[in-house]
Amino acid sequence: MSNNGSYSNDRPPSAGETELATDPASGVLFLSDYKKHEDLQQMLDSNKDSLKLEAMKRIIGMIAKGKNASDLFPPVVKNVVSKNIEVKKLVYVYLVRYAEEQQDLALLSISTFQRALKASEFFIPVLLVDPNQLIRASALRVLSSIRVPMIVPIVMLAIKDSASDMSPYVRKTAAHAIPKLYSLDPEQKDELIVVIEKLLSDKTTLVVGSAVMAFEEVCPERIDLIHKNYRKLCNLLVDVDEWGQVIIISMLTRYARTQFADPNADDDGEDSTNKPFYEDEDDIDGEHDPSKEEKIKKTYSLDPDHRLLLRNTKPLLQSRNASVVMSVAQLYHHLAPRSEVHVVAKALIRLLRSHREVQSVVLNCIASVSTKRKGMFEPFLKSFFVRTSDPTHIKLLKLEILTNLATETSISVILREFQTYISSNDKEFVAAAIQAIGRCASSIKEVTDTCLSGLVSLLSNRDHDVVAESVVVIKKLLQTQPSEHREIIIHMAKLVDFINVPQARASILWLLGEYSDRVPKIAPDVLRKMAKSFINEEDIVKLQILNLAVKLYLTNPKQTNLLCQYVFNLAKYDHNYDIRDRARFLKQFIFSENSKLSKHAKKIFLATKPAPVLESRFKGKKRWVPYHTILTPGRLAIMTCLLSLKFLLILL
Amino acid sequence: MEKHWKSVISRSVCDYFFDQQRRVGNGCPEDVPPVIPTPHHYLISVYRCSMFFVAVCMTEVPPLFVIEFLHRVVDTFEDYFNECTESIIKENYVVFVSSTLPSGQLSNVPWRRTGVKYTNNEAYFDVVEEVDAIIDRSGSTVFAEIQGYIDCCIKLSGMPDLTLSFVNPRLFDDVSFHPCARFKRWESERILSFIPPDGSFRLMSYHIGSQSVVAIPIYVRHNISFGGSGGGRIDITVGPKQTVGRTVESVVLEIPMPKVVLSVGATGTQGRVSFDPTTKVLLWDVGRIDPTRLPSLKGNIFLQPGSPAVESNPAINVQFTINQLAVSGLKVNRLDMYGEKYKPFKGVKYITKAGRFQIRM
Repeated sequence: MSNNGSYSNDRPPSAGETELATDPASGVLFLSDYKKHEDLQQMLDSNKDSLKLEAMKRIIGMIAKGKNASDLFPPVVKNVVSKNIEVKKLVYVYLVRYAEEQQDLALLSISTFQRALKASEFFIPVLLVDPNQLIRASALRVLSSIRVPMIVPIVMLAIKDSASDMSPYVRKTAAHAIPKLYSLDPEQKDELIVVIEKLLSDKTTLVVGSAVMAFEEVCPERIDLIHKNYRKLCNLLVDVDEWGQVIIISMLTRYARTQFADPNADDDGEDSTNKPFYEDEDDIDGEHDPSKEEKIKKTYSLDPDHRLLLRNTKPLLQSRNASVVMSVAQLYHHLAPRSEVHVVAKALIRLLRSHREVQSVVLNCIASVSTKRKGMFEPFLKSFFVRTSDPTHIKLLKLEILTNLATETSISVILREFQTYISSNDKEFVAAAIQAIGRCASSIKEVTDTCLSGLVSLLSNRDHDVVAESVVVIKKLLQTQPSEHREIIIHMAKLVDFINVPQARASILWLLGEYSDRVPKIAPDVLRKMAKSFINEEDIVKLQILNLAVKLYLTNPKQTNLLCQYVFNLAKYDHNYDIRDRARFLKQFIFSENSKLSKHAKKIFLATKPAPVLESRFKGKKRWVPYHTILTPGRLAIMTCLLSLKFLLILL
Repeated sequence: MEKHWKSVISRSVCDYFFDQQRRVGNGCPEDVPPVIPTPHHYLISVYRCSMFFVAVCMTEVPPLFVIEFLHRVVDTFEDYFNECTESIIKENYVVFVSSTLPSGQLSNVPWRRTGVKYTNNEAYFDVVEEVDAIIDRSGSTVFAEIQGYIDCCIKLSGMPDLTLSFVNPRLFDDVSFHPCARFKRWESERILSFIPPDGSFRLMSYHIGSQSVVAIPIYVRHNISFGGSGGGRIDITVGPKQTVGRTVESVVLEIPMPKVVLSVGATGTQGRVSFDPTTKVLLWDVGRIDPTRLPSLKGNIFLQPGSPAVESNPAINVQFTINQLAVSGLKVNRLDMYGEKYKPFKGVKYITKAGRFQIRM
């Protein structure tokens, strides 16, 4: 649309476009396509306002269509002193449009046409003299948009003057100009802070929002400036415009966290909605329990200023602006006594019905919060049910939340929903749903068996990915189960013939190795099959075959000795370095004469492993816990080896 | 098209956005994540009117702030130009960017300009309720909620001060208001007191949740099978339920078929049936339901030869409109005007529509 402000000396003229060539030494502009805009020039130079207005309208129209009107900068800018408001407005539009991109042009035009005048004399008369506050504000806005370091002192002067202007609108514009100047020249910080302090004490709602925004951008560390304005800000909040409300609320959240005592400091960390219903109220039968009363006292003894903030932000949950609602929710999450946070839940649920992007951000937030505060969202469980028309990332977030919220009472409804999700077309979603079933199974004891049998029935699903995912989840579940489940293991052993997905095959082999004592006849037979297919297996499967071989050798050397030797010989010559290395390492435990190692081999390989922890990837997001803390068979093998290495070092 | 506020950021930052777009493919623009972190920026975007509006942020900002702002920008566009298309934005770029000096900002009532004059003073209120529901394959309601809003068109002279009250405000589970509403009055008396903006605006939104019983105005009898290699059949009938004597109109059934479906040959007793072979969506534009002659559709489904069997049935997305009905039972009690001497014409209209309404087959 327009050039980027560089001199276009060396650019060849393109057909029909105005070329701009400049010679900085002489400070003269000349146009190659002068005639094109001659009529507009003449109109702008005329005495008649109507002609000027007509010309400006045409120029703005040209800009809108993407045509270059930068060559008209000088005649346009001359009209900045026009008395006609309409003309001035359009001149300002033009200036803002080109000032940012044509900085050099702007400066040149200033110096060329105002040779004797300093730039300050060019702008300041306009600023101070114009009786119309809107024009004063506009002029300031234009001035602060010109990002040229040379005029920084001028802009600073203009901001200072405007901060004392009678008109709140001009003062507001001054507040907006502050961050712009700061980003242009951070050295001005101290002077700007003086202005910010003045604006923060302003009594009008129009100004305070912008003042706080300037504060946040320039000197957020100067909490001391807020103290005397705190109550005023809390009281004006409901009348400030929506965008100002967001900024003020987030600033006050930060302020309150550093200035007030934590109302939850004495809490034992338990979600209060999980506690018995009447605990926080007076005893029903009138008995006076001093310890309870003290607890009540502790929970509710908020500093009145702290309470003021909570009280004044609560109505903003009814704002139509999702950002305002979210900022209040965050404030309550960080500042409110635990028993009062739940009031924000309804508003967040209401936001789910807003635009898709809002829904996505809110669901993300709820997913994090619901790992700690289950009770808050439990009444709204059904709002998180998944529709087939939801985009994938929304489906996954809802699934996450449903899993977090599952309790003994709600689990049957949730599992019924999960069953419908398994048959979705969305592969990623199906895999996540299966994992979610696994998580529910491990956290809610009542349904572990139901889930497990449900997952086992999925093993006969036609979709390979579904089967594979189920195998992995079942494996994790079995590790957490103290009970037998022999049939499941047998069932899975049979599946080895049909399942191709490497991760699933690896999981089954690991299970067989771990629980071979429950299937003493089947495990060696599987090893036999694996020996036949060894060379065609994926690497992670090969590693598990080696594991299985070692474990079977230790428990049943008579039947598996030859098989193991065969497998290890194959591994010795494998392409993959890791497999060759592993085979070499493991061999020492079973085939070598080193009695020390062989003596401890059983302890090392057959020790009970800690069960994996299945948990939400949103849990403890502050301290990042990777999703797969769950020990996969590969990792387990490595861990085992590392443990044993450590052990070796002690021995030797 | 681009607009810069502080310093100019190179267009190349958009490459990250285009990467994400490519990743989700053409079929699902809604799958592009709204917040994309890049090495030096955050790209926050909204998708409206088949266009992406992308904001590039250099510092951490509350994403909802930017998202709401972008939506408000598009809303303003739609207000000004009645629609928002690529060509309109290009033509009116400068008008749009050069904000008309906001004289309203200077008064206590920034949302209403002064000196408004009309020869006919009128105030119209549209109470619109959208039903969100998931119906399971046996026809029972898994989940149903109502999302309602009151849209107004206020053409009143001067500075009128209005109060609106409801017969049964206890229905509301949760509400949100236009900034003009006086919240204190609502809290104490459940009366909506406000000085309205001039023209069209949304006065309030409300939510009636899944804890309340929501009447479902429509039912669908369905039978779908994908058969074996021979193909499948589809059989659907639509009918009204519990609509207090009002007609169900503008009914549209949309069924996204599995990818292995080649084509669907179906005819309905009324309306138009079409199948899009690229998106695999079967669309039945039913129209109005006559309770004495329920519309039905029958047809054959042809699968790609050699494709694996279909594991799951698709879901039906339903649209409908019922005029003169607020399905929650909400009723406006009275509307009064203060501060002006004329007598305005007042009208209230109720409409119930399908929101996100899905029937599992």
